[in-house]
Amino acid sequence: MAHHEHTADHAHHDDKPQGITRWLTTTNHKDIGTMYLVFSLAMFLIGGLFAMVIRAELFQPGLQFVDPGFFNQMTTMHALVMVFGAVMPATVGLANWMIPMQIGAPDMALPRMNLFSFWLLFFAFMLLLSTLFLPGGAPASGWTLYPPLVLQTGNAFPVAVFAIHLMGASSIMGSINVIVTIMNMRAPGMSLLKMPLFSWSWLITAYLLIAVMPVLAGGVTMLLTDHFFATSFFNPAGGGDPVLFQHVFWFFGHPEVYIMILPAFGIVSEILQTFSRKPIFGYEAMVYAIASIAFLSFIVWAHHMFTVGMPLAGQMFFTLSTMLIAIPTGVKVFNWTATMWRGSISFEPPMLFAIAFLFLFTIGGFSGLMLAIAPADFQYHDTYFVVAHFHYVLVPGAVFAIMAAVYYWLPKWTGHMYDMKLANFHFWMSTIFVNVLFFPQHFLGLAGMPRRIPDYATQFADWNMVSSIGGFGFGLSQLLFVYIIIKAARGGQKATAEVWDNPPGLEWTVPSPAPYHTFDTAPEVK
Amino acid sequence: MANSKKMLAALTGAFAAAASLPARADWSLLNMPRGVSELSRDIYGLHTLILWVCVVIAVFTFGAMIYAMVKFRKSKGAVADTSFLHSTKLEIAWTIVPVFILIGMAIPSVETLIKIEDTTNSGLTIKVTGYQWFWQYEYLDTGVSFYSRLAQTSNETRQLGSGRNPADVENYLLEVDKPLVVPTGTKIRILLTANDVIHAWWVPDFGMKRDAIPGFINEMWISVDADKPGTYRGQCAELCGRDHGFMPVVVVAKPKAEFEAWLAEQQAAGQQASTGAATTAAVESAAAAAVALAKAE
Repeated sequence: MAHHEHTADHAHHDDKPQGITRWLTTTNHKDIGTMYLVFSLAMFLIGGLFAMVIRAELFQPGLQFVDPGFFNQMTTMHALVMVFGAVMPATVGLANWMIPMQIGAPDMALPRMNLFSFWLLFFAFMLLLSTLFLPGGAPASGWTLYPPLVLQTGNAFPVAVFAIHLMGASSIMGSINVIVTIMNMRAPGMSLLKMPLFSWSWLITAYLLIAVMPVLAGGVTMLLTDHFFATSFFNPAGGGDPVLFQHVFWFFGHPEVYIMILPAFGIVSEILQTFSRKPIFGYEAMVYAIASIAFLSFIVWAHHMFTVGMPLAGQMFFTLSTMLIAIPTGVKVFNWTATMWRGSISFEPPMLFAIAFLFLFTIGGFSGLMLAIAPADFQYHDTYFVVAHFHYVLVPGAVFAIMAAVYYWLPKWTGHMYDMKLANFHFWMSTIFVNVLFFPQHFLGLAGMPRRIPDYATQFADWNMVSSIGGFGFGLSQLLFVYIIIKAARGGQKATAEVWDNPPGLEWTVPSPAPYHTFDTAPEVK
Repeated sequence: MANSKKMLAALTGAFAAAASLPARADWSLLNMPRGVSELSRDIYGLHTLILWVCVVIAVFTFGAMIYAMVKFRKSKGAVADTSFLHSTKLEIAWTIVPVFILIGMAIPSVETLIKIEDTTNSGLTIKVTGYQWFWQYEYLDTGVSFYSRLAQTSNETRQLGSGRNPADVENYLLEVDKPLVVPTGTKIRILLTANDVIHAWWVPDFGMKRDAIPGFINEMWISVDADKPGTYRGQCAELCGRDHGFMPVVVVAKPKAEFEAWLAEQQAAGQQASTGAATTAAVESAAAAAVALAKAE
């Protein structure tokens, strides 16, 4: 980065502090985007390491490596780090880099707040990870933090709650920034319904975040006062209700899963049109489908808790409302298929990941539909079937979309083409191993293996071993991803401004690498 | 592509290696058990129905995607038809058709749900209490009550570095010191609560699981077919702390007459130790009263 090459007409205001000061003081959306992306990659590796501990312990029946308490810390930290540290910051990083460039704005609307959000997140994770070294260890109650179990956490408890508050504040500020930027800084002629789908998906995601992060903050604050100030929100001995927390948590938690997947929808839409050489099919329907999914995400939360003993009418309502989500989701999948239909398709790495997303996310959608059926959920609930389901939507779903985005925009960020051969290899390794890892977990769950157990009955041994082999393979493959990115950042074949074959969007009208400041004068959008 | 072939070969090798291990597990465990009760069969039927609906939709959707990927390749000279960007008819079709499919799935779901929630006309009521990390079973109005914990052999084997092989333990982690005994051919109402944190009581062969929540009483019902006495095994299904994986549920279903004899035997044994039991009961009712009082406030 030190040898940044200036394009002549930008040189006059491309000055920036060098070295560490640049990264500590920058208010540039590209620098902040880079920091978010690098942070997210680091967290992906740390969260992945926790997953490796889990899969190593589950490789065989019996306890070989860790004690059950530490195993629970690993499942909890794996989830918290992957959700809040890897997937969410990755999409925020992409938003920072791409939204201003997609809508023709010079930067984000609130650059200082942008930097503040990043550093809040950074310190939130330093706090969260530090709990591993506190007496009593890290939180071990699952990422859902259900009381009364979570109240048995040791010294980590207040630290984790504080970390969640910081993450929430960071996310809310990031969201305000996205909304203000999109609402006020679009280039002349860029009406909302001309905006690229990635920016659209983030606009809606930002509203979801603002709506639900305070709910999580409220929930964990009530846990805190129950623990330290003798309140009884969730304590039955004081007239409280442990299930209340589950309602509060999932009122946040269900929109949260769409917060992770909507930007992925946006990314996949961008990539499918570029590599099918054909604009997205049913653009307006795609926008409305994202909006309907976002709305529905607020009225389905209790499908995560069918087994708590809700009234019959409640169970029916949440079964039916959840099934409704299949409709806008179906619209999206069909529109993506129709985008490829009569296109002129080529299979560069971003497209490969987007196509894998299309197939594998849909499999996760099917298992989601199955889980929506309350009576069947009485069997599926809290088994590996659920683990398989949400990993299908999150790993070959959200994570693959993020990787697709990196392979799509990396030449724009670095100015270099990456090693395509290696990227293809990374794709095939990831796709094969992710299925070896997660597909057998459907079988395990249906056959009766509960989730969050460190050891299991011997009839589950074979598929667990297969799943672990898939896990190690998938984990190792990601080192390739890191290598490819570092290699491209350091050099390689020069990328053109367009990079791909006539891709849509304003980001491809600026040179690669994108100059430090883009769109000083707003582009005209016809 | 050469890479992916190598990969496949390596994978096949890995599978073969895993398969050649001593046969101590079951590759054929792929699906939900049909179970031994009316509810479990209904749920299995529902599961099978949705699964096949999903498979059919998948064949169409994935078929279309694969067809597009094969047929409209740039390398085969495909030229993009940039006029195919919108089709009201198609878009209405793929919004409306799923609605009907969903209605078709919702009707049997709701029917089963209504049946599941109907706990009336039960022949026996058992209260199940979850503790960290064992279960208590109480046969209401009979005075029979006992605890059920992980069997000693499993417990010794599962310790970190025990040096013992789980494959040598019969029903590893799915055996208890004293199982719940129920009569076959009877609708059994189960009341669930917990003493510390939330647990969930689950036997896959009965089709049902439900949370046991401190301070609250949940209910559900199970039954075992009259012609299927036997031992049925399950586990706690809600994360309840360190030893969540080590509190199995074991249920022995006996024909009614045998069950009655077993219950009478338990009652007789219980009366000998009645002094102790009375003390426990007094303590428990006091605790329950305290909870009720707190709730009333």
